[in-house]
Amino acid sequence: MLRMTGIGKSFLGVRVLGGVDLEVSAGEVHAVVGENGAGKSTLMKILAGVHAPDEGTIEIDGRSVAFGHPVEAQRAGVAIIYQELTLLPERTVAENVFLGREPVRRGLVDRAAMETATGELLKSLGEESFGPRDLVRRLSVARQQVVEIAKALSLNARIVVMDEPTAPLADHEVELLYTLVRRLTARGIAVLYVSHRLREIFDLADRITVLKDGARVTTTEASSLDTAGLVRLMVGRELDSYYPPRAADPPGEVLLSVRGGGNARLRDIDLDLRAGEIVGVAGLQGSGRTELAKALFGAEPFTTGEMTPRRPRSVREAIAAGIGLVTEDRKAEGLLLNQRVRDNALLVARATGAPQPRTGVERLLERVRLSPPRPAQEVRLLSGGNQQKVVLAKWMTVAPRVLLFDEPTRGVDVGAKAAIHDLMRELSQDGMAILMISSELPELIGMSDRIVVLRDGRLAGELPAGSTEEAVMSLAAAS
Amino acid sequence: MRRALPIFVVLAGLLVAIAVVNPYFLEPPAFLAFVKRAAPLVILAAGQYFVIVSGEFDLSVGSLVTAEVVIAARLIDGSAEATWPVLALMIAFGLIVGLVNGVVTTLLRVPSFITTLGMLLILSGAVFLWTGGSPRGALSEQFRQLGRGSLGPVPWSVLILAVVAAAAVWATRARFGHTLVAAGDNDRAAALSGVRVARVRTVAFMISGLSAAVAAILLGGFAGVSAQVGKGLEFQAITAVVLGGVALGGGRGSVAAAMAGAFTLEALFTLLNLYGISGALEPAVQGVIIIAAVALGAVRFPRARAAAAS
Repeated sequence: MLRMTGIGKSFLGVRVLGGVDLEVSAGEVHAVVGENGAGKSTLMKILAGVHAPDEGTIEIDGRSVAFGHPVEAQRAGVAIIYQELTLLPERTVAENVFLGREPVRRGLVDRAAMETATGELLKSLGEESFGPRDLVRRLSVARQQVVEIAKALSLNARIVVMDEPTAPLADHEVELLYTLVRRLTARGIAVLYVSHRLREIFDLADRITVLKDGARVTTTEASSLDTAGLVRLMVGRELDSYYPPRAADPPGEVLLSVRGGGNARLRDIDLDLRAGEIVGVAGLQGSGRTELAKALFGAEPFTTGEMTPRRPRSVREAIAAGIGLVTEDRKAEGLLLNQRVRDNALLVARATGAPQPRTGVERLLERVRLSPPRPAQEVRLLSGGNQQKVVLAKWMTVAPRVLLFDEPTRGVDVGAKAAIHDLMRELSQDGMAILMISSELPELIGMSDRIVVLRDGRLAGELPAGSTEEAVMSLAAAS
Repeated sequence: MRRALPIFVVLAGLLVAIAVVNPYFLEPPAFLAFVKRAAPLVILAAGQYFVIVSGEFDLSVGSLVTAEVVIAARLIDGSAEATWPVLALMIAFGLIVGLVNGVVTTLLRVPSFITTLGMLLILSGAVFLWTGGSPRGALSEQFRQLGRGSLGPVPWSVLILAVVAAAAVWATRARFGHTLVAAGDNDRAAALSGVRVARVRTVAFMISGLSAAVAAILLGGFAGVSAQVGKGLEFQAITAVVLGGVALGGGRGSVAAAMAGAFTLEALFTLLNLYGISGALEPAVQGVIIIAAVALGAVRFPRARAAAAS
């Protein structure tokens, strides 16, 4: 149905894609995988008409097409659903589905027709929890994706590109997405699925195309590969163990302790963090995971309970007490994207008046394995993995005793992920106490020395190292 | 500094163009006279830079300059002894107006565009009420020396400008400057890294108020007392800062480039004047410049993420 041949593209003289072939058949889920910078997004944007290829051809149903603009791709039946949704939050579902193409009767928008058509689309997707007149703002991210897909269907899309669709979803919402994808393929629509999460790829994909450094490594049946084999293809080397070994020594002294901590979102939190220990935090979205980190960090402080060091009432008090937070959303909350690596790395030290590291910023950047370690580069130009390393460097300048990580490897490629995991273990061995929130269960289980599970703002229980995913999920989801 | 370079090239080009029409322009006396004329605007631009780079605006500086001059004239009323206390009072008044702008913007969360527009109206209304339309009193000779006199061959205002410029550059390189730019780039990330966002922004407004006080001292001496002395200066200062490549919305640009932008604006007006183009055209020229500079910035730094990423 879709055939892309010999696609090449350069930006500012840097070749990001060369000679890439991709064939997709109707009704197929075709995964496109690769590390950050492998060229996945660029390839998808070429297909969606956002970028024009420098070389190569695109055929749909045997007819050669060339897209100068996303609208042309849309007309040809290609719809792309970006990681960041592009809906208007203050408009209704129907208004979003028909945005820019509103049916008109006697010069006025025909709302009734629009809402009927949207209602039918939603029904065909098996969606009954909301209707065409609901405001998009009130829908969860998973439901908003349904709206995006309804929009694609209303455009008669035959090829749907999904770029990291599960990144913003909670675990239980991922199932909804799976169902949705299967409904699309049942209609003969081809789904191109871009994701970092290997498990999803094996759950969904019929075939997998692996990209590396802008070239295609291979296209293969998903059933012919296992996780280790796929990772080997992606990084070109064997990642023999995903996770660094756990701490050999028993944990040291308690560096942070909470008894009965609570605020608007949390209740009765008892928690000890010890030197040399990585404590994992599991929980569904909305269980209070992020709120726990923000409370310990003084950003949304605890209003009740005892804490050692003294309960921080502000971020500055927490930092002064030796607590740091690597936020979930590094672009919105972690980094100054327009500033240089160096200024980002020194931000906390400068803000709090702490002495700047004597060994110099360069040494620090090497320590966090920033590659290449260029202090004068602007952070927005870095890959997700390197950006996260800069966030780490920012905290390491002030040598906190307790470091809280909220989704430390979200949107980070496999290679950088391993580097960040190694570094976390290294910091913990140096005597830091680490709390790690993650919605990726393999990461949580692979990294944590013990796991605390949150549910509805309370502690639902604690599990030892090496617990199974099922054990974690049943604690997190039990009602 | 890479980003700041274009404005210095433009400035040099304009100075050469002026020198072609008027060969004496680059001789010390004429050039110093040019710098002296430009000094108030350059100082205002330096103050405005701190506010803009932190992600805010200060529209109140023009009417603050007027208010300062009118108040000074009335309080001094020609008396030499009153000069120094009144100068101190002017500085204090500038700082207080900045403090109010800052506190209203950061703690009451009124957008600075509205806060400082309100302050502009309050100050100009108060001046009108107090003077009944025509300012009374007079500045003392000592006061006027600062704006029009010189120390040997070098005008006082040029010396004051040099001190202000050095202080401004120092401030941007100090911890304060770095945290201010951080607040302008991403205030949420800055706050979560321990930056006291409200405090650094308030200090930026106070710097802007201080710069208006200093500009008022120079302008009072240079141009004399009138209810029009500060008219339109807020837009000239913002135009100058934007012309220097400082991004509206904060987080990008240097104070040296902002000051170069003010010199460039002044040089452009001088050139237009030399060609006999009516001064009435100045606002129109300014309007074109501010739109073009912002458009250029938007084209050079598109919001789209680096296309090559993943």
